[in-house]
Amino acid sequence: MGGYIAQQLVNGLILGSMYALVAIGFTMIYGIIRLINFAHGDIVMIGAFVTLGLVISGKIPFPVIMILVFIAGALMGILIERAAFRPMRGAPQVTGFITSLAIAILLQNLGILLLTAQPRNFFCPDYLQTIFNFGPVSLRAIDFSIVVIAVVLMVFLVLLVRFTRLGMAMRATAENLNVARLMGININRTIMLAFAIGSGLAGVAGMMWGGKYGQIDPLLGFVPGLKAFVAAVIGGIGSIPGAMLGGYLLGFGEVLFVGLLPPIYSSYRDAFVFTTLILILLVLPTGLLGRKTEE
Amino acid sequence: MMGWNRLRWFFPMLILAGAILVFVLRSTMNDYVLSIVCFTGINIILAVSLNVTNGFTGLFSLGHPAFMAVGGYVAAILTFPVARKAMLLPALPAWLAAQQWSLLPALILGGLGATFAAFRVGFSVLRLKGHYLAVATLGFLIILQVLITNLESYTRGPLGLNGLPMLTNLWWVYVWAVITIYVCWKVKHSSLGRSMLAIRENEIAAECLGIPLARTRIMSFALGAFFAGVAGGLWAHLVTAITPTTFSVIMAFNLVVMVVVGGSGSITGAAFAAVMLTVVVEVLRPLEESLEAYGISEVIVAIGLLLILLYRPQGLFGSQEPAFVVRQRQRVSGEVGRASSYQNGKGGGIKSIF
Repeated sequence: MGGYIAQQLVNGLILGSMYALVAIGFTMIYGIIRLINFAHGDIVMIGAFVTLGLVISGKIPFPVIMILVFIAGALMGILIERAAFRPMRGAPQVTGFITSLAIAILLQNLGILLLTAQPRNFFCPDYLQTIFNFGPVSLRAIDFSIVVIAVVLMVFLVLLVRFTRLGMAMRATAENLNVARLMGININRTIMLAFAIGSGLAGVAGMMWGGKYGQIDPLLGFVPGLKAFVAAVIGGIGSIPGAMLGGYLLGFGEVLFVGLLPPIYSSYRDAFVFTTLILILLVLPTGLLGRKTEE
Repeated sequence: MMGWNRLRWFFPMLILAGAILVFVLRSTMNDYVLSIVCFTGINIILAVSLNVTNGFTGLFSLGHPAFMAVGGYVAAILTFPVARKAMLLPALPAWLAAQQWSLLPALILGGLGATFAAFRVGFSVLRLKGHYLAVATLGFLIILQVLITNLESYTRGPLGLNGLPMLTNLWWVYVWAVITIYVCWKVKHSSLGRSMLAIRENEIAAECLGIPLARTRIMSFALGAFFAGVAGGLWAHLVTAITPTTFSVIMAFNLVVMVVVGGSGSITGAAFAAVMLTVVVEVLRPLEESLEAYGISEVIVAIGLLLILLYRPQGLFGSQEPAFVVRQRQRVSGEVGRASSYQNGKGGGIKSIF
């Protein structure tokens, strides 16, 4: 039983790492321009397909692929921001939300159009498939690298936001867009970079998603997108440490919900996630680490 | 008051013209065309009723398909022939297994079921605002899908109910569409509807004028849900099958598109957009199949929506009814339309400083 629980906790850690990576992007974008970007999950899908394409196309080493996927996600984020969200900036929040839904549906169906809805097998190199056993817990190398890469990226991000000029500009913009602008911060560039970094992380999460589940299809972004949003809300939307905490809490919560309750409840997993979301919105609207804002 | 005089003959004439159209269509068109017309009518019911929630009161709800699902399942279980029930749903309680209703009471009970769900959900969720409400209602939709999938003794889970009697025909859809439009029209021009519009424009000001916020919000949510439930029942008895995945997020999105494209708050706009969107999708479907380019109709609809949001954020008709429907009313609702910061996207002022 102890071994079983340990294995479940490790699974939660893996799932939580991926949720956290996607949730960070959500929370950065919301923090700066108060936009719930539902197209964010579809960047995960794009990341997964870019990875697959690069793996098939040649003998590019995996770390290089990761960097390329990050760049691809970032470019996609910039494109979406430039094409759809920038012209709409200043419009009511609900307009932005509908816009992001439209982009999500656009991306999903472009995916179906270009790649067909058929799920594809995801390849990763053999050395990532090696299975390690730590006592009762067994892990594939890829699971291990998911957690390590996620943690490394998050540490980088925190350092970036804390200690660089760009990070300072982002925090200032999130605090008050207009005042930040008066202080000489280039708002457009800051927002664009927030989109780029958040989307890049989502792209990498897509690569992990493919590696973990072994199959990808153009609609796969919906679930991580929604779950990451829930994670961001749990942690307090707008707060980066909150998004990480929320991602891990949701990962653990989901895995333990499925793992510890009798099997008949396991199909209620999504209901559990969204009930949690609604309860948190009602009881604790600013989340665990979020600050009270005027909204 | 002249507006009412104009309405007094305009509405009956319109209803009569519609009825003649229905009669002509039914006697000349084949079943395929008729079913498309039926879907158009059901979409009109859905868009106009969602317009009460999203358009009048400004409660951004993505939960409309959930209410359709409630109404659809309630009505389907009630009209399901007893013999088939015994075969497909053996675990149904005896009192329910013995029921075999006709369409009208089943639809009404389905609508009431959806209204009840709306009261129950709205009671807790409606204190949220803006996109938080949108996400909470989306969550409700997904929770309901999971529940339906798991309540196998009532719903057969993911298999859904099939082989329902095909009770819906164009007359049923037409009559319900007329009832929906009439009720929503009356509500819009009543004090309740004006309260809803006031809440949308400025909550604090509305509350200062003595409008009960919570009650008005929940009324608009429940009114929308009733017609969604009825539409769900009509839908189920037209398709003759119902599964949990029918009522999807994509459907919620399409309905919101109809309201936004038509203009939040405009009944004419919602109905017009519902017709447009259904027809566009139906026209694109053969194209999609002949090109084997699946997904292209969604792509086109999404791009169209983006363009409308960019270049005409208030929708085709704003929140008014166009002049050819009602001439006098224009002035009153024109003021509402101009004062609206919700839907004319007064981004201009803010946008210029970026």
